[in-house]
Amino acid sequence: MTMQTVGRPTRPEDVQPLDSGFASLTGGRGLLQDEALIFERDGWGKTGVDLPAVDAAADDLGDLVRKSPIGLPGLSEPEAMRHYVRLSQKNHAIDLALYPLGSCTMKHNPRLNEKMARLAGFADLHPMAPLPTIQGALTLMDRLSHWLKTLTGMPAVALSPKAGAHGELCGLLAIRAAHEAKGDPRRRVLVPTSAHGTNPATAAFVGYSVTEIAQTDDGRVDLADLEAKLGPDVAAIMVTNPNTCGLFERDIIEIARLTHAAGAYFYCDGANFNAIVGRVRPGDLGVDAMHINLHKTFSTPHGGGGPGAGPVVLSEALAPFAPAPWVVHGPEGLTLVEETVEEAAQAFGRMSAFHGQMGMFVRAYAYMRSHGADGLRQVAEDAVLNANYIKARLSGVMTPAFPEGPCMHEALFDDSWLEGTGVTTLDFAKAMIDEGFHPMTMYFPLVVHGAMLIEPTETESKQELDRFCEALIALATAAKAGDVDRFKGAPYLAPMRRLDETLAARKPRLTWKPEPGVAPAPLAAE
Amino acid sequence: MRFTKDHEWVSLDGDVATIGITAYAAEQLGDVVFVETPEVGKSVTAGEGLAVVESVKAASDVYAPLTGEVLEANAALAEAPETVNQAPEADGWFAKVKIADASAYEALMDRAAYDAFLETL
Amino acid sequence: MRYLPLTPDDRAQMLGVIGAATIDDLFADVPAAARKSEPFDLPHHAGELEVERELSGLAGLNRAAGAGPFFCGAGAYRHHVPATVDHIIQRSEFLTSYTPYQPEIAQGTLQVLFEFQTQVAALTGLDVANASMYDGSTACAEAVMMARRVTRRKRAVLSGGLHPHYAATTQTIAHAEGMDIVRQTVAIDAEAAVIEAIDSETACVVVQTPNVFGVATDVTAIAEAAHAAGALLIVVTTEAVSYGLLKSPGEMGADIAVAEGQSIGNALNFGGPYIGLFTCKEKLVRQMPGRLCGETVDADGRRGFVLTLSTREQHIRRDKATSNICTNSGLCALAFTVHLSLLGETGLRQLAAINHAKTQRLAKALAAIPGVEVLTKRYFNEIAIRLPGNATQMVEALLEDGIVAGVPFSRLDPAAGLDDVLLCAATETTLDEDIDAFAQALSRRIG
Repeated sequence: MTMQTVGRPTRPEDVQPLDSGFASLTGGRGLLQDEALIFERDGWGKTGVDLPAVDAAADDLGDLVRKSPIGLPGLSEPEAMRHYVRLSQKNHAIDLALYPLGSCTMKHNPRLNEKMARLAGFADLHPMAPLPTIQGALTLMDRLSHWLKTLTGMPAVALSPKAGAHGELCGLLAIRAAHEAKGDPRRRVLVPTSAHGTNPATAAFVGYSVTEIAQTDDGRVDLADLEAKLGPDVAAIMVTNPNTCGLFERDIIEIARLTHAAGAYFYCDGANFNAIVGRVRPGDLGVDAMHINLHKTFSTPHGGGGPGAGPVVLSEALAPFAPAPWVVHGPEGLTLVEETVEEAAQAFGRMSAFHGQMGMFVRAYAYMRSHGADGLRQVAEDAVLNANYIKARLSGVMTPAFPEGPCMHEALFDDSWLEGTGVTTLDFAKAMIDEGFHPMTMYFPLVVHGAMLIEPTETESKQELDRFCEALIALATAAKAGDVDRFKGAPYLAPMRRLDETLAARKPRLTWKPEPGVAPAPLAAE
Repeated sequence: MRFTKDHEWVSLDGDVATIGITAYAAEQLGDVVFVETPEVGKSVTAGEGLAVVESVKAASDVYAPLTGEVLEANAALAEAPETVNQAPEADGWFAKVKIADASAYEALMDRAAYDAFLETL
Repeated sequence: MRYLPLTPDDRAQMLGVIGAATIDDLFADVPAAARKSEPFDLPHHAGELEVERELSGLAGLNRAAGAGPFFCGAGAYRHHVPATVDHIIQRSEFLTSYTPYQPEIAQGTLQVLFEFQTQVAALTGLDVANASMYDGSTACAEAVMMARRVTRRKRAVLSGGLHPHYAATTQTIAHAEGMDIVRQTVAIDAEAAVIEAIDSETACVVVQTPNVFGVATDVTAIAEAAHAAGALLIVVTTEAVSYGLLKSPGEMGADIAVAEGQSIGNALNFGGPYIGLFTCKEKLVRQMPGRLCGETVDADGRRGFVLTLSTREQHIRRDKATSNICTNSGLCALAFTVHLSLLGETGLRQLAAINHAKTQRLAKALAAIPGVEVLTKRYFNEIAIRLPGNATQMVEALLEDGIVAGVPFSRLDPAAGLDDVLLCAATETTLDEDIDAFAQALSRRIG
């Protein structure tokens, strides 16, 4: 069998709970409020929205009318506010403290962006409204496109992908269409061993088989291995630059040259664009397609998991195959090419309904205009500076995976410094929570054992970086001194202790269900 | 019982081979949460995928040690995947395969050879 | 620059600690040929005032839906969202939090997702829901992929009433996977026509109710026919409020139900971000794409929630994943669940009833105009009408009268030959006066 293991427990271990010596009378914990599920409050008939009474009946629908109860409780407005505010207290957030998550670019989310996205002219705009009534939206899309193309040095951009992975799909579909147009469908995609999981997943989704390219000892793509694996059946390579080890691929221009010489295309995963924005243009490196995560480099909020946006910049070779829709300048103003007929005949299709994540376009554009070319360049410089500062301050107690030379916007450590302590990367990460920080990205990239990938971003102050480094140094020192319980039982101070993920996977409970015998009384059938 | 370098075990009864993963593998995987067993009647070739064993954070392919046809899959694992952790080389078996070539079985490592192999890891 | 905390002094100090002379030293790995020293041809940074001025100017070039009588639907619907919703989604702890991979410090997000999943499953009448997908159209495409994995068959039949963008999206993705997509001829009221196309190669049939022409259909017979052939029934809904009035997909025999959830909690936003709802029967859950949140306990025995069944997903299964999806529509899911919690079942049913009543009024007013034919007999809140002439031209003309009359079907599908068909929706935000003004203006323009 393939031994796919990240070798860590997924159930809490038995560690003595902290005894603070004080207990409240009713279980309350000060400001931290517990909150039951909305289904456990007996609000089955309640509603927090005042709606006018309705005269007409739905006789015209006959049997199509739903007679069975749905099973949805309601909350009055005060109850709703309390419910969600209490829940919000249990979340870490960028607005609270650093998220040193490598590869995620957890930068500050400017509130101007939120204000602009909520202007009625953007928020209350229907995607299929008549063209004369949407010229401002099309203009914004056009300007955003201009910024993205200029920053990347690429001639075309597809705005419609709804997330980074969706953008990868778009890029690969364009590549596939380009090969098919030449009558040369190819079957394989090359992906470095350090790649993000979405890369091979996307390639497989598009029907390609995936071959891995080896990495050199200094964390870069192995050119010799790449050259050996390129051939007439390779459609594309998918390379992240800077790569997932936080390093710039020095041989990137040669990688592109070899790829093109073999008749393949170069897909670049743009997740790490924050390191080079305003200083390096992927177009100058030979990239054919690159998705840009607007929710990473361009600050649109992560929102607890989404929504994102993943526009894809395209080279001359791939531009003809871009998916519908796109904005063009017409005789009467801006217009959308929407259907894959006539002008869009070569387009490989459509990525989704409508035109893309407009709400994210507004936010990203406000961000770009706020920073300007000079500000964006400073963003990359400060991001790289901050990561190198952390690497320098922590290299005394932790082991960098690639100690030689600078890193880019993220610093990668392995777990060799934890050897003999009994503390794993996972344990260390959980102990960071008690110190007030979200853990860094752990166990990724897969090529480094017990990987810890730290990306501070440019919106961290020196004070916050020092606070972070001091906490990690203290923890590392404690681990080496044998203070094992601190780590094994962590977190102690979070709203919840470590959770039993084994139980969740063995006995999945994915929805609330009423306890048998404890009738929750949803509305009776009519 | 015989073993492979990929940590599968086989025990042969006539021409029916019972296959599972070794105690070493089960321990390395951590808590097993799900096993994707093969369909009855499926033909399997030695060295190709037979089953997939999932822990919370990883999915590992289990390869067929021998060539043959699947006669039975361990249905009990659906309700109790933890059996793989509790009794990997007994009740935690994955599938029974009817094999054509008993000599291929003889060619696999025995317990002593497998234990020696584990020492090298 | 207001978003960058480092001062020149900080930078100098930090370079000293690192042991680099200048910031350029840290970019030493960039090939000389690729280094940009001259500034990009883009404006310099700007203060809030300047940015606001530009963006307000652009927003002012758009006509907000609320500016006057407005009847566009076609997969995105204008509803009123209570003030509480927008307030909650802007709380720091929801807006600026990450995917809940560290559950101990993300129970807010996780409990919200668990409640959301429960609500969505309840709406569709199926067993499990995921934590959302990008939108209804990609959810539809993913459902077809899932049916292929479950049945190991390659053909999908898409009904003639499926939203053309959903069909195009599904075709784009399915073509890549080597599936055979049969898209039936576009027809107003022909969901049941899929039955004739079902055979032993069919993985699934995809029907929409209410469909793109607003037609509501009982798909029970389609479910039976599909199941008899070993195929799955996928039911698509683009107007989530319709679950408050119509029989659920689960009750009608759907195996997978997907929907656009924008109508609940989320503004029109010119097409995105939206939210895909995805539900299925329990036995299919391991083939379901997207994130899933599940219940468990912590080290102290207290109930908590975690992302689970992750082995289906890209970060683990990589090239064998059920999908490449990495995000869900988190904040939109929060907006959806807050709005739905405020509504409750009582409120949702009432809201649905109001939508339907408004559309009855609209249908009646338009049917009374000579030359106008209302094509949709059984509808929720959207109807298709046939005009005596070109629908696109009529929409342009009515715009001059201050009316946004709806979406010409030819805009969604120019090749269908339905250039005289207009899709009109009415919701609780539609005033009776708006309906009267529309009918009067249309009557004038025709007559």
